[in-house]
Amino acid sequence: MPEPLFGLKHLFGIADLTREQIQALVDLGDDFIDINTRSVKKAPTLRGRTVINLFFENSTRTRTSFEIAGKRLSADVINISASTSATKKGETLLDTGQTLAAMQPHVLVIRHSVAGTCEFLSEFLDNTALINAGDGSHEHPTQILTDLLTLKRSMGDIQGKTMTIVGDIAHSRVARSHMLSAKIMGYNVRIVAPKTLLPAFVENYGCEIYHDFDEALQGTDILYMLRVQTERLTTNCYFPSLREYHETYGLNMKRLKAAGDHCMVMHPGPMNRGVEIATDVADSMKSLILEQVEHGVAIRMAALTALCGGATEE
Amino acid sequence: MTDILITNGRVIDPANNMDAMCDVWVEHGQVAGVGKFDGKAKVTIDAKGLIVCPGLIDMHVHLREPGEEWKEDIESGSQAAVAGGITTICTMPNTEPCIDHAGIVLQVIARAKEIGLCNLRPIGAVTRNLKGTELTEMRELSRSGAVAFSDDGKPIWHAGVMRKALEYSSSFGYLIIQHAEEKQLTDGGSVNEGWVSTQLGVQGMPVEGEDSMIARDIMLTRRTNARYHVAHISSKGAVEQVRLAQKQGLKVTTEAAPHHFALTEDEVLNFNADAKMSPPLRTEEDRSAVIEGLRDGTIEVIATDHAPHHEDDKRCGLSCAAFGIVGLETMLPISLDLEREGVLSMSDLIAKMTANPAKLLNIPEGSLSQGNAADICIFDPKAEWTLDREKLFSKGRNTPWHGRTMIGKVVYTLKDGRVVFEQGTIIV
Repeated sequence: MPEPLFGLKHLFGIADLTREQIQALVDLGDDFIDINTRSVKKAPTLRGRTVINLFFENSTRTRTSFEIAGKRLSADVINISASTSATKKGETLLDTGQTLAAMQPHVLVIRHSVAGTCEFLSEFLDNTALINAGDGSHEHPTQILTDLLTLKRSMGDIQGKTMTIVGDIAHSRVARSHMLSAKIMGYNVRIVAPKTLLPAFVENYGCEIYHDFDEALQGTDILYMLRVQTERLTTNCYFPSLREYHETYGLNMKRLKAAGDHCMVMHPGPMNRGVEIATDVADSMKSLILEQVEHGVAIRMAALTALCGGATEE
Repeated sequence: MTDILITNGRVIDPANNMDAMCDVWVEHGQVAGVGKFDGKAKVTIDAKGLIVCPGLIDMHVHLREPGEEWKEDIESGSQAAVAGGITTICTMPNTEPCIDHAGIVLQVIARAKEIGLCNLRPIGAVTRNLKGTELTEMRELSRSGAVAFSDDGKPIWHAGVMRKALEYSSSFGYLIIQHAEEKQLTDGGSVNEGWVSTQLGVQGMPVEGEDSMIARDIMLTRRTNARYHVAHISSKGAVEQVRLAQKQGLKVTTEAAPHHFALTEDEVLNFNADAKMSPPLRTEEDRSAVIEGLRDGTIEVIATDHAPHHEDDKRCGLSCAAFGIVGLETMLPISLDLEREGVLSMSDLIAKMTANPAKLLNIPEGSLSQGNAADICIFDPKAEWTLDREKLFSKGRNTPWHGRTMIGKVVYTLKDGRVVFEQGTIIV
């Protein structure tokens, strides 16, 4: 197996990373941006490496992003979409993992609705590096590394900046990973949500909690809007209606202006226009949303390189 | 001539206020005497350095027979019981079919007798098919051998049905055991709701799920003057409510499982499915409250909630894994920590696994009274061993204590005057 870089065996979550490791991944991602803008988008870095994308949840950008990242670095990339509902009657998660690992890929990229899927599988898979591409409401490390790269390029040093995350914090792996990353990297996180959308003891992350979006705007450098799971929101009484949600927690031009001219807007996608974010905001000059997508490819190139791009013995 | 003499041991028989260095002798399967033996015995067991007590009672056990024998059957469950010094187990009715009519009661008792390792005293269902809507024929179930009633695994969720169950059962002095869990609050949850569930990104089960149902039930118990027992109590709020109800003279009792006084929610921080059960492991504050409840007598019984599962049902990620852990073979060593930490005297601790559950269930076991069946547990309170889940007699491998050091080991278990377990071996 190739020697992993930065002391990384797997990439489970931000919680397992040091400041130096995060910095190294972001910097490596920064170096890869260039390849993506060339006319010939190919480098030999991962030639001879096999990457399997195993996605149990629907995903367009993350899966495509990993696929393109692997292909541009000359890895052999295989995509598998499995339905979680099939796990009960069909093959178990563990069997699927062991079956694919037996084909000797270097990296398995996994998205699953069950939190801790990578941690669980790693106990049984010895020679395969695992990347968590989102596990339940637990972590989504490559999204956070992507955001850090985007912020590095648009604002420089993120130290001391304030990111205000708005929406369904309770079910958001992105919010959790950012709250962990903020502590490590030295930025502030404010979270904005009604109590129905906050997890227990969220204050233990060391973030500021707001229920009133307008109160949180002042002093915010980055407005980070979370996707609303529209079906979940009203049927489980998390919120009375999408209309009231947009009114209370949606980002419109008025709020963006109130936050100040320096404030930038991010969203991990996919967006619900007119719910958590107004169309004019999403398309404004302040939006970093497409940069996030672009940098997502570079960060996944960095993650794959870190886990399987090192020197080999052969 | 006396069949078996147990000599040189410290005999602790809480039902008879006995804690002394003396002999116990057995004739015709019964306890023939406790005191200074003077005569000849066919077999002598030297219990030097050991504690001799009544065979333990575990009033909260899930065996999976009939229906799910690949998880556990009455034979493997009986073996696990006597390996843990337990000679009487009360089995919960959530088998398949469930224990909601007399035929199944008779069937499981007969099967346990055939195996002949321990007493099986079933707990009958409160509602037909555990559906929570219609009452079972409790009179008939009781006559057939059911010692209490419960829908355990599920709560008796409907307040009106619970009221009727308490009224009807108390007309005949029966005990209702409640799995207190308001599902409207806990559905979809895997672990205690709190900082741990937040960090894991796993849906939590709030403590109010347990507390609110107990509050409701205690109100109904007050109205009906029924006998109400809270299964596997796990929260501070629940202990406080039971304590208050007892002070007010209500017939409210409870039990605690070793995992709830030995472990906290931190056990699941690494997504360990073998530490997932319902009610879940809770906070240190809750754990301390359960220990305080054991100390001051609010919690009279220690019972395991032994819940064997197949590995396939546990190895699928934390939120998909089945609820429950095995407990029969770890009840004694884990509980002995309470004595070592000064929470309970040895006698009070043993009472919670012998005399107290026997009294609650109105069964003859749990004492060394002369003429009683010679069900006896002989254990070394100081022996250290390492728990290896592959060596359990239970078919279940789902224990959070795998690899940990246990202090306290069962050396002999006697059932009806026959040695059924000796130095790690089952004797058929």
